[in-house]
Amino acid sequence: MNRVKYIGSAALRMLLLVAAVSVLSFILVAASPVDPLTAYVGAESTLSPAAKAQIAEHWGLDEPPVTRFLTWAGNTLHGDLGTSITYNLPVGKVIFSRFWYSLALILAAWVLSGVLGFIAGIFAAIYKGSVWDKCLKAFCLVLQSAPVFWFGLLMLTVFSVLLGWFPLGQAAPMDKLEADVTIWDRLYHLALPAITLSILGIGKIALYTRQKLIEIMNSDYFLFAKARGESMKQLILRHGLRNVSLPAITLQFASFSELFGGIALAETVFSYPGLGSAITAAALNADAPLLIGIAIFSAIFVFAGNFIANVLYSIVDPRLKEGGYRA
Amino acid sequence: MANDKKGQPLLEVEGLTISFNRYDRGWNKVDLEVIHFLDIEVFPGEILAVVGSSGSGKSLLAHSVLGILPGNANISGTMKYKGKTLTEKLRKKLRGHEIAFIPQSVDFLDPLMKVGAQAKGVKGTDEQMRRVFKRYGLDEKTADLYPFQLSGGMARRVLISTAVMQEPELIVADEPTPGLDLTMAMETLTHFREFADEGGGVLLITHDIDLALGVADRIAVFYAGTTVEVCAARDFQQGKDALRHPYSKAFLDALPQNDFRPIGGTQPYAGNLPEGCLFADRCPQRTEACGQDVPMRDLRGGKVRCAHAT
Repeated sequence: MNRVKYIGSAALRMLLLVAAVSVLSFILVAASPVDPLTAYVGAESTLSPAAKAQIAEHWGLDEPPVTRFLTWAGNTLHGDLGTSITYNLPVGKVIFSRFWYSLALILAAWVLSGVLGFIAGIFAAIYKGSVWDKCLKAFCLVLQSAPVFWFGLLMLTVFSVLLGWFPLGQAAPMDKLEADVTIWDRLYHLALPAITLSILGIGKIALYTRQKLIEIMNSDYFLFAKARGESMKQLILRHGLRNVSLPAITLQFASFSELFGGIALAETVFSYPGLGSAITAAALNADAPLLIGIAIFSAIFVFAGNFIANVLYSIVDPRLKEGGYRA
Repeated sequence: MANDKKGQPLLEVEGLTISFNRYDRGWNKVDLEVIHFLDIEVFPGEILAVVGSSGSGKSLLAHSVLGILPGNANISGTMKYKGKTLTEKLRKKLRGHEIAFIPQSVDFLDPLMKVGAQAKGVKGTDEQMRRVFKRYGLDEKTADLYPFQLSGGMARRVLISTAVMQEPELIVADEPTPGLDLTMAMETLTHFREFADEGGGVLLITHDIDLALGVADRIAVFYAGTTVEVCAARDFQQGKDALRHPYSKAFLDALPQNDFRPIGGTQPYAGNLPEGCLFADRCPQRTEACGQDVPMRDLRGGKVRCAHAT
């Protein structure tokens, strides 16, 4: 019963969120100096004003914003998100085809930052105050404050240009047919963007894990286990990891939003054909339907990340299991 | 009982002083001395009850024996187990084996681990766990519960089980009875008594002197981080005149079944200790001599830290 109730309320909240995001992005685009007509025909178009007016009328641009919004919302509900001017394809299709590239990138960066950050944080906590701990802390702070695009350019310069170990960009070799591209080609092209994107989260998760584990190591139950003869290794494996994993995983799921923001920069630097480079292109070309479409899609994606974290927490933590689901 | 048992003590603590580094306002580093020149001994076959009001440093004594004080604690003085100095290395060997610790509350159990697995620890077996749980009236399902699902009394019994499981020689029990009803509390202490009669030693830290008097051989009275008196338990039962230190006498007076009469003043705070006798400002017998260092001395078969006691 609790489960149904929880999922029901989550679904309701998601609907409200999507509605709010739609309204907000529509208002922002409508209020911006972007003129869909100019964006479509080009600034130096030779079309006569009469012809332009005809197009505007056909699109319904002369109608009040509320009517336009309702028309757009109605179409969206029927699955028609409009046509992207940039790619000359339906918005849904653009998002769908590019989403898989971005998803691969986000998941790779997510796992990479999660695993590396978690392990680094644990060792830093165990050897708190050591040279290793201090170096890691400094390294994390530098990573935290380094802009993604700058780090991406640095990676490109060093590993692609100077050393030539990795390709300069794209998601597959330029000289191969789509059908010939292997999974290794894709992973090879994914490596640098994924590492670049992972620096967004790695410092945060490492510092958090370190702090949390230090807290646990000072807790009464840790001391008691020590007083009962458990070695440091047993203490960390039996009590440390058990108690630090949940909050760390939760934090990692919550970082979906940052990753989604990060792909806009990372994909642009590496010319990686995902949603991030699409949103940059959409913004530069005043491609309103695509912009709004991606905004809604990312809201759903981030919401799903947080939702999974909450559900996971309540499934794994026995203290929450008994009390039912909590958000 | 205490006087007939001599020989080598199981645990000897001599001149134990514990202080904590703390940052006061700004960069001022202050040394907060919480235990001062503490001496106690626990012999095999006896229960030594350490009594005193809260904030007197009783728990810290227990933690320092086990070597689980926080990192910013400075410890000096000597601690010996069976005549051997308790080094970190020796402690590691003895913990969970010869020395067992019963902590104060359910917070000392891992919140995310089932209590059965915790009671078993890394050194016990399922068989042992079942036997000990049965002995303490915990049914089989208890092993599958998480600490937050235990009632206060159950948690207490689980904690006691953890200690008995490993068949130790010395039990350090930090307030083991609160949360238990009187029958259960008495039973727990009876278990300690049996354990001591079989040759083990118990350092029983408690504020419940009535319960302690029923089973303990000797009593150490704690005040502001040090022992002011160590005496046979029967001295407490005989009344004020058999006791030595003015604080022990006041402690006895303040008990509900006696006059229930508190004395004025409060225990001095660790950061702000007077010179000389720590009890001086509340003591009716205070003289010039109390401003000097007052060492522990033997008196009438016990020990006292007072210049005037007779």
